[in-house]
Amino acid sequence: MEYLYYPGCSLEGAARQYDESLRAVFRALGIGLRELEDWNCCGATIYMSVDETTSLAVSARNLALAGRDGQRQLIAPCSACYTVLLKTNRFLRESPELRDKVDALLEKAGLSYRLNVTVRHPLDVLVNDVGIERIAAAASRRLEGLRLALYYGCQIVRPERGFDHHEFPETMDRLFRALGAEPVYYPVKTRCCGGMLMTTFQDVCLDLVRELLACAVENGAQCLLTTCPMCQVNVEAYQEEVNKRFKTSYRVPVLFFTQLLGLALGCEEKSLGLQRNLIPLEVGVGAA
Amino acid sequence: MRLSHRLPGTLPPREHELRQRFLQQVELVPGGDRLSRCLQCGTCTGSCPVSYAMDLSPRTMIALFRAGMIEEILQSRSIWICASCYMCTTRCPQQIKITDLLYALKRVAMEKKLYPDRFPVYLLSRSFVRLLYRYGRNHELLLVLLFQLRRDPLQLLRMLPLGLAMYRRGRLALWPKRIRGIAAIRQMIEAARTLELPREVQPLEFVPGTVGYRALGQLPEKAV
Repeated sequence: MEYLYYPGCSLEGAARQYDESLRAVFRALGIGLRELEDWNCCGATIYMSVDETTSLAVSARNLALAGRDGQRQLIAPCSACYTVLLKTNRFLRESPELRDKVDALLEKAGLSYRLNVTVRHPLDVLVNDVGIERIAAAASRRLEGLRLALYYGCQIVRPERGFDHHEFPETMDRLFRALGAEPVYYPVKTRCCGGMLMTTFQDVCLDLVRELLACAVENGAQCLLTTCPMCQVNVEAYQEEVNKRFKTSYRVPVLFFTQLLGLALGCEEKSLGLQRNLIPLEVGVGAA
Repeated sequence: MRLSHRLPGTLPPREHELRQRFLQQVELVPGGDRLSRCLQCGTCTGSCPVSYAMDLSPRTMIALFRAGMIEEILQSRSIWICASCYMCTTRCPQQIKITDLLYALKRVAMEKKLYPDRFPVYLLSRSFVRLLYRYGRNHELLLVLLFQLRRDPLQLLRMLPLGLAMYRRGRLALWPKRIRGIAAIRQMIEAARTLELPREVQPLEFVPGTVGYRALGQLPEKAV
């Protein structure tokens, strides 16, 4: 089965290693992944604050493109894209009035959308379609004893209540436990990193990030895994800022879950973009 | 508080207009009408990771809305602090779409220009919308440049080391890519403007210091 792939804007920039490692993981597992042609920005959380109809239409253009040739599964790795695309699907399904408006707008772009696209997160696809057993069998290195803080963030588990519990998800925990790693107690796993507040209200955001780091370190994590480009930048790139502000000395590597998964699957470090992380993972990953 | 207007069944014209506009926006949110079911239990406020930095808590906002004081909400900093983590929405025992209602409030406040000068959220949204119109995608470097040049150009200097570190690791795209279907996107965005009936938007005057903005920049200490 082939999946369509919607990278989203961050994966062309600050989260390039997410794009690289996701492709490498799918390649290693032999799962087809085809990038959606000429995709556009989903509108993120920002467009929703400006105009709802436009924001839905802009996001629906991607779904219309994806569903042009029939039923499709569209993978969106960025949490914001994932939520926005899922939400667009739901709003169009639940509100005939919005659907009429968006249809009229899509017509201007020479498109129509038949609600035939299912939006999926790669974590969901990997664990629920491919299966943990198959992944564990394909793994050529063990992550034995690696203590991980598994951070899901807010938007992949809320508000659309997709593939896992909205406050205590376990999908990533199960996956990495099967690969030999040790997920540490991490009760803030779905707490907000602040997202765009890092740009607009930095004080508040740094406070949130400090909590995420403190909890990871107090519970002995050697590395924090994330599923979201915004979380990654906030927790990794602003770690120095947190240290300055709160007089702490955190130095926690923050990897995309696909990067560590790729290591376990025996992918080359370069193909996973590990050299792009600001704080390198210094713990060795052993052979099988 | 304008108690002179608190006669039962009457609302000052300004309040009436804002309320109408908000309710029109709420109609566009599936399940938005659940707002009327609020029990004032406070689960939203207790669940919110940033309510400590708000001048009005989510629960208070709903109470003020019911009391006919929507302008107080629109002039608060609270609606802008929400980071859309949806914790309140998933926990609300009455399934009120609190995050989506906050989006509706933000839209009314943006439309009526109810925010201070050089307001970061407004500047960021404007820059973002411009980039999407121009390229069809967001471009991180241009977004930061457009935003900070208006907000606080000195910040760009402070951000330089981080920018360079990201650049050296290939995580900073210098040139934006324009999508092929850009003409279609622009047509959609322009057509969306004419979808609603022509309606004159009267910007309202923002009166600093009347509500929560006094606290802007001076956050309360958070209890650890």
